[in-house]
Amino acid sequence: MKKRTRIKLKRNVVFLSHRLYFLSQSDSTHLNVNRTGRKMGNRALLALVFLLGCGGNSDREFIQNKGSDTLVNVAQAWAENYVSVDSTVAVAVTGGGSGTGISAMINGTVDIANSSRAMRGEEIEAARANGVDPIEHTVGFDALAIFLHPDNPLRSISFAQLGSIYGDGGNVDSWSQLGIEMPGCSSGEIVRVSRQNNSGTYAYFQEAVLGEGKDFGLGSRDMNGSSEVVDLVASTPCGIGYSGLAYATEEVFMPCVTVDEGSDCVFPSVETAIDGSYPISRPLFMYTAGQPEGQVGAYLDWILGEMGQCILFGKGYAPVTSVVCS
Amino acid sequence: MNSDKNILVSQDLDVKDSAWYWDKFFQILMFISGVSAIFLIVSIFFFITKEGFSFFFESFSFREFFLSSAWRPTSLSNPTHGILALAIGTASVTGFAMLLAVPFSLCAAIFISEFASGRVREILKVLIELLAAIPSVVWGFIGLSIMNPLIIDLFDVPVGLGILNSGIILGLMAAPIMTTIAEDALKAVPDHYREAAEALGATKWQVTFKVVLPAAKNGLVAAILLGVGRGFGETMAVLMTSGHSINLPTSPFDSVRALTATIAAELGETAVGSEHYKALFTLGILLFLVTFAINLIADIVVKGNKRH
Repeated sequence: MKKRTRIKLKRNVVFLSHRLYFLSQSDSTHLNVNRTGRKMGNRALLALVFLLGCGGNSDREFIQNKGSDTLVNVAQAWAENYVSVDSTVAVAVTGGGSGTGISAMINGTVDIANSSRAMRGEEIEAARANGVDPIEHTVGFDALAIFLHPDNPLRSISFAQLGSIYGDGGNVDSWSQLGIEMPGCSSGEIVRVSRQNNSGTYAYFQEAVLGEGKDFGLGSRDMNGSSEVVDLVASTPCGIGYSGLAYATEEVFMPCVTVDEGSDCVFPSVETAIDGSYPISRPLFMYTAGQPEGQVGAYLDWILGEMGQCILFGKGYAPVTSVVCS
Repeated sequence: MNSDKNILVSQDLDVKDSAWYWDKFFQILMFISGVSAIFLIVSIFFFITKEGFSFFFESFSFREFFLSSAWRPTSLSNPTHGILALAIGTASVTGFAMLLAVPFSLCAAIFISEFASGRVREILKVLIELLAAIPSVVWGFIGLSIMNPLIIDLFDVPVGLGILNSGIILGLMAAPIMTTIAEDALKAVPDHYREAAEALGATKWQVTFKVVLPAAKNGLVAAILLGVGRGFGETMAVLMTSGHSINLPTSPFDSVRALTATIAAELGETAVGSEHYKALFTLGILLFLVTFAINLIADIVVKGNKRH
């Protein structure tokens, strides 16, 4: 009886070590691809591999990069391409929103925080209190587009109109008030699609379009991501929404935007964001703790260089410097 | 004399071999697992209270918190924390869901327990349990991509995300659990009740309606309450199907926002320790207390059932 169990146990041990070996093998291939969800798993596996002492890349340096959902696709692409530049550095990218990245920076748990809005005064103070001195780097620009259902005949929209649709106390809640007859929207009600109240996109729209100190009116459908905004507007004839240009699809129409009566109506595009003529284009930031040095500094330099900026351009954002991309 | 002998025998048998140690080991392991539930629930309550409690002393105003519908925690000029719209959102969605799910699942439970037999009953039970295992995000997806255009088409409303959509999805999610628990309650009614009624010449329906249902009353109420608790605490599906809009609803087509969905959508992007963060934890305390109360009532009702 006892003997049998012992043999069984031994078999299990052998089986386990085989499994671990297999895992460590697959782990090294996974590391080249930086995907958010795998990060934790990779770490746990790495720890196991180190414990067993059977290989693993001990000289590989990790850069933790976290924050803005607006920037997450670009950050992912940067991380994936950076492997070909410096294979000793692995960049782990996580989304979660600008606020998440900034609070991680305040708590000192990331090397680089991505944000689609600037850090607020109290956030910088909180970081300094924790011994972190956040340094701001502008890595690109993003045009904030207004989305309409393609059947909507509205072709241009002004800041004043947006303010009376989205702003607190705004009095426009039906399309007829804008002189629009909407096919497929029999009630004529404007379905406002917005973002959740701590997203960087929400904060920027509030500041740039509604104006300093103005609040959003309650009752908008607050989506949890830019692509959700686009999806909902595409399936809702009465809808209007806003989000980063990079998330636009064929299923929505983007009207041109005027600041006030008499100024030019400019359509959102990477070009109009670069030349500054599009009125709601915002800088995208990366924050580092102190002046970036070593691997983090090299990574940021590469991002601001030609290759990094061309990757950003390819994802639908406007580069900081004028670059020629193939 | 006799008892002494017994003790002697049992001590003789207590040989401390490996089996004895295994026995002790597993006894301790089981004890720890059992007690850990108490430990966990106390520490969860402690945690959310610790994170949210200071909100009560800083910017908490009873009037604003419970009677205002302006939930604007991130406003730069004038942050307000009114949960009226959120609480009504949760209540309306849960209420609508129960309106659909309670009759449906009680009838299903009665059918499975009293009328179905053999294979039909087994297949139904397995399928209903399978229905309970569908992840809530999948339900949310169904609401978003199938129900939303359907509601727009059928009722000619501007947007299909709202109480109706959320309530139907939540009702479908709560129904399997309620059916399973209600069926257990009906099963717990002793067979001689039914036999006695049938011997008196009652029809199957008379037996069910006049004898079994009154006898299982408490268990059925508990099933409903647990379903309410499920609806109240559901997050993902509600977030995806309710429209997530701060709004005092006036019709079932209106978009609303639930307490749980608010926490889920906002907590991830909030700076730890900020006023907004604490306000969200205060919502957590509120939710915890309500679900705790619902579960407690359900438990007391079931206990009452056993006494009879």
